[in-house]
Amino acid sequence: MELTTYQQEALDRQKSTIEKFGNKTWLWTIFFLIWIMIGGYALYLQISKGHIVTGMRDNVVWGLFIVNFIFFIGISYAGAIIAGLLHLFKVPWGKPIIRLAQLMTIISVVVGPIFILLCVGRFDRLYFLFIHPRLQSPLTWDVLAILTYFVGSVLFLYMALIRDFAVYRDAKLDIPGWKQKLYKILAIGYRGAASQKRHLLISQNLLAMIMIPLSIIVSSILSWIFGMTLRPGWHSTIFGPYFVLGALYSGCGVLIVAMWVYRKMYKLETYFTDKHFKNLGYAMLVLAAGYGYFTFSEYFTDWFGSAKWDSEVIHKLFSVHDYGWWSLFTNLFGILIPIMIVAIPATRKTNLITIAAFVMVIALWVKRYLIIIPTLETPALPMQDTRMEYVKYSATWPEWALTIAGIATFFLFFTLMSKFVTVVPVSGLEDTNQHHASQTETASAINEQVQPA
Amino acid sequence: MKQEEIKENGRRDFIRTAAIATVATAVCGATACSCSSKKEVAGTKVKLLSPDGEIVEIDSAYLNHQEHMAIVSKLEARQGIAGKKFVMVVDLSRCKNARKCITACQKWHYRPEETEWLTVKLLKDSDKGAPYWFPKQCFHCDNPPCVKVCPVDATFKRQDGLVLIDNERCIGCKFCMAACPYSTRVFNWDEPEMPMDVASLVSNPETNLPAKVGTVEKCDFCPDRAREGLLPPCVDACPNGVFYFGDENEDTVTNGEETVSFTQLIKERAGYRFLEELGTKPRVYYLPPKDRQFPVERGYENLPDKLKARFKDIMEPKVKP
Repeated sequence: MELTTYQQEALDRQKSTIEKFGNKTWLWTIFFLIWIMIGGYALYLQISKGHIVTGMRDNVVWGLFIVNFIFFIGISYAGAIIAGLLHLFKVPWGKPIIRLAQLMTIISVVVGPIFILLCVGRFDRLYFLFIHPRLQSPLTWDVLAILTYFVGSVLFLYMALIRDFAVYRDAKLDIPGWKQKLYKILAIGYRGAASQKRHLLISQNLLAMIMIPLSIIVSSILSWIFGMTLRPGWHSTIFGPYFVLGALYSGCGVLIVAMWVYRKMYKLETYFTDKHFKNLGYAMLVLAAGYGYFTFSEYFTDWFGSAKWDSEVIHKLFSVHDYGWWSLFTNLFGILIPIMIVAIPATRKTNLITIAAFVMVIALWVKRYLIIIPTLETPALPMQDTRMEYVKYSATWPEWALTIAGIATFFLFFTLMSKFVTVVPVSGLEDTNQHHASQTETASAINEQVQPA
Repeated sequence: MKQEEIKENGRRDFIRTAAIATVATAVCGATACSCSSKKEVAGTKVKLLSPDGEIVEIDSAYLNHQEHMAIVSKLEARQGIAGKKFVMVVDLSRCKNARKCITACQKWHYRPEETEWLTVKLLKDSDKGAPYWFPKQCFHCDNPPCVKVCPVDATFKRQDGLVLIDNERCIGCKFCMAACPYSTRVFNWDEPEMPMDVASLVSNPETNLPAKVGTVEKCDFCPDRAREGLLPPCVDACPNGVFYFGDENEDTVTNGEETVSFTQLIKERAGYRFLEELGTKPRVYYLPPKDRQFPVERGYENLPDKLKARFKDIMEPKVKP
């Protein structure tokens, strides 16, 4: 593979990250593994003793697991949409962060569904979903959708990686033989020939065009698990777009945080520049405004209409004796503060944007909690139950342990992947500072690539 | 092809049920043969499969009736009783929260005290409205939200109107519980405790026995009893004749004491369905609590404290200063 000097420089800068694992990485890996093992023990308890070890009961039948499921799957959809848009519109500054967005996509779509499996009472019967499927169930739609989406995002990431694998293969890196061999296999003989370039580009374009609508569809289907039921706070026509926007918004935040972490850890200031933070910050601002708008119309219509059942949920959400403080937290840190930090030039700084994004991601996790739990705590018939754990949901330690284990898995996968591929893609990287000069050149090159030889 | 498959499955189910029936009768039958030799011979022979795999003919008088033994295959249990359309009418003017229905239900289904498939709520429709006792089973909706969302066909709607659960199919996703607007369904959060002989029964959606950990269950209108011409235990146990159970096709419902026309009853007593606006089309009708037989306090005064606490908010409202 021939590389431009700029690309060669990018490879040289990042070479060490895939050559050496390093003591620090080992420490992190072991740290994550310990948390995953604690989660494993919690899972063992849950399977051997039944779901009684969780805080879920007959009224609140879903708890933290579903919250985590929505959260991770949401991040994943955002990754696919962001990567797809950056690719399709050939955003010049987008090249270095596409890889990160794609890694985010694939890792969260692996971690997310684990949580919905944890919700299932009979692990041993999971295959029934395939041998006795019923198409009218939104859960079956979700199984099909997520599997399709998983395959799509694996392909999308792989297509983008082929050229890099070829680069690693030819770069004479100081790596063990198996890794060299693996790169060779994964590069599937890519040499950078004109026809190869063309095929790859067409495949990538097609996949990007498939992945964007697919993410929207899959995200909507996820929301319909709730939207299709006759429950206050769930049975809403805007739930599809509400979830799509929520997914994009929280994913955007995770991408900003991931960029910041890798920039610090692997010293990638050249590629993850302040401009990237600013641009993603703008995206965050627009999404925050959109999300705020949806949240407002959702609450406002329910409150103004004041049907008995809806009002009960709204009351719980805004009463200081129930979820009032949490609602305040999500709306303040999940919507208002990110908007302000990006909108005011004085605070539009990389670190502040990252902090805002980080807190916003947590706020949006809480927001998912507020979507699920209060509704389940509000059945149509009064509960009239004296067992407190049936009336009010409170997560138990196994649920928290498994939640932390899920987050640890997310980090662990990210760590391992960043030791296998460079965080910033090497091939196709352009020096954006000289971009204006070479813009026409690139355009003609792309035309050349796409037109049949 | 499909037909053959059904036949084959049906046959297997039959053999399995028959085999267990045989084992059960072999145990009970041994005593029947030796001790109760005075038993009169009924004359009708029944074909049974012996534990050795042979088909034997036994006089029906020697067969001991086993309660909770599923008498139909799983496949038949999914189809329902031909020609029937079960319906229930609950007369709210007669309920005094005697709670006999609840204990009878729990006893019949071997469920612990805290598991109430059938429950009695105390409802008060408006601030100035009078509170009334509201017994609630599964509504066996004709447009059941729970059945719609089940991903594996574990819960299903039968031709006789019943909504049942196959707890050997249920994967425990609890989607049906989230979807049911009436909080009808309960989950086996841990290993359910059952007597040995019940725990070893062959699972059947009609008997709902034995209960299985990690699966959903609910009121089933006792179709195994209906097949034998018996009323559900809740109907039998009610001292005040609150529950009328019957067949919409025959237009007859009975509370065990009086048998009346279903349409006539609904017409004369202004029967209604709970939360009709949800469009679920319940098969349970309620007669409004007009001209009540008991003051509402009768169901509250003598309750143990644990139960009293459930209804305290309504029965002893705090007076705002």
